[in-house]
Amino acid sequence: MAAGRPPDDRGRRGSDVEEAALKARLRDLGERLTSLTPPPKGPEGSEAGMRGNPSNLARALRLSSEFIAGILLGIFIGWLVDYFTGWSPWGLIVFLMLGFVAGTLNAMRSAGLIRPQGE
Amino acid sequence: MAADPISQFEIKKIVTLGEIGGFEIAFTNSAAFMVAAVAITAGGLVLATAGRSLIPGRVQSVAEVTYEFVADMVKQATGDEGMRKFFPFVFTLFSFILVLNMLGMIPGFFTVTSHIAITAVLALLVFFVVLAVGIYKHGLKFFRLFVPSGIPIVIMPLIVLIEVMSFLSRPISHSVRLFANMLAGHITLKVFASFVVMLSSFGIVGWIGALLPLALTTSLIALEFLVAFLQAYVFAILTCIYLNDALHPGH
Repeated sequence: MAAGRPPDDRGRRGSDVEEAALKARLRDLGERLTSLTPPPKGPEGSEAGMRGNPSNLARALRLSSEFIAGILLGIFIGWLVDYFTGWSPWGLIVFLMLGFVAGTLNAMRSAGLIRPQGE
Repeated sequence: MAADPISQFEIKKIVTLGEIGGFEIAFTNSAAFMVAAVAITAGGLVLATAGRSLIPGRVQSVAEVTYEFVADMVKQATGDEGMRKFFPFVFTLFSFILVLNMLGMIPGFFTVTSHIAITAVLALLVFFVVLAVGIYKHGLKFFRLFVPSGIPIVIMPLIVLIEVMSFLSRPISHSVRLFANMLAGHITLKVFASFVVMLSSFGIVGWIGALLPLALTTSLIALEFLVAFLQAYVFAILTCIYLNDALHPGH
């Protein structure tokens, strides 16, 4: 407690003065910390919607199904492209990656981290 | 009694109706439960609204609460225009899935929504309705949905391709979510319930040990009822969100 205090502050002065100074310093530090901390990201509405969700399992299933849907679609389109053009395996490789990106986009949209489609 | 957790999802033929192009057309237990769900929904609502009393009775209250619940959901997600046009559609989907899910919770009954064939058809129906309504109302402007604003022209083709894929993957996640929840829930229930039977065959120690999975099964059943309702709700609200995109693709 007394580590950062100059030595002549001790002694004659009353302990309540020290207490007040310490409180002022703590408050100052608190204010500086809050100004340095970045504000919470993401729209507030979606965050509130999540807290209203009664089951975390449901949330996990929701996000994973969004993500997996993108990958499955990528595999399907890639396979179709390979089948009809004979570019195998490039169609599968390219569209699997695109599907991965689309799945990530879906999951982030579902979590409310980025703006919805069409905006 | 079949002890393995998968046999509850088996589709059994009740009556074979005929053959179309080499495919057998049969009236299955799945179809029977769908007919039952439609009968329960339609019959129940007709019965509930037959009285039309100013002070609703018990059955009429249920019908009114369901109506208001779905109406609020549609109005919130799609606005007044969506409410006028799509309320019957969303209400039908919601009540159909809810009744099917709840029927599946009755022991020994078949859970229709645990088959992806059913949920995929429902999701594709929503998908094509959204596509048709969007193109009918906005023409080619509907495809602006895939073009986010403020993107440099150089990476535009890539972004549009990704957005199109994101749009196409909607019916997949839409259907997989309902199907996976119902399937996983019913398998979990069956597995834990079979632990009770297995343990209790070991005599007195097994009886005491069986109390744990018994308690778990009981609480899982409560959770499953919640999931059954929640998934019907999620399916309906997602339908509303997608329909809103068809009505207002610009924002």
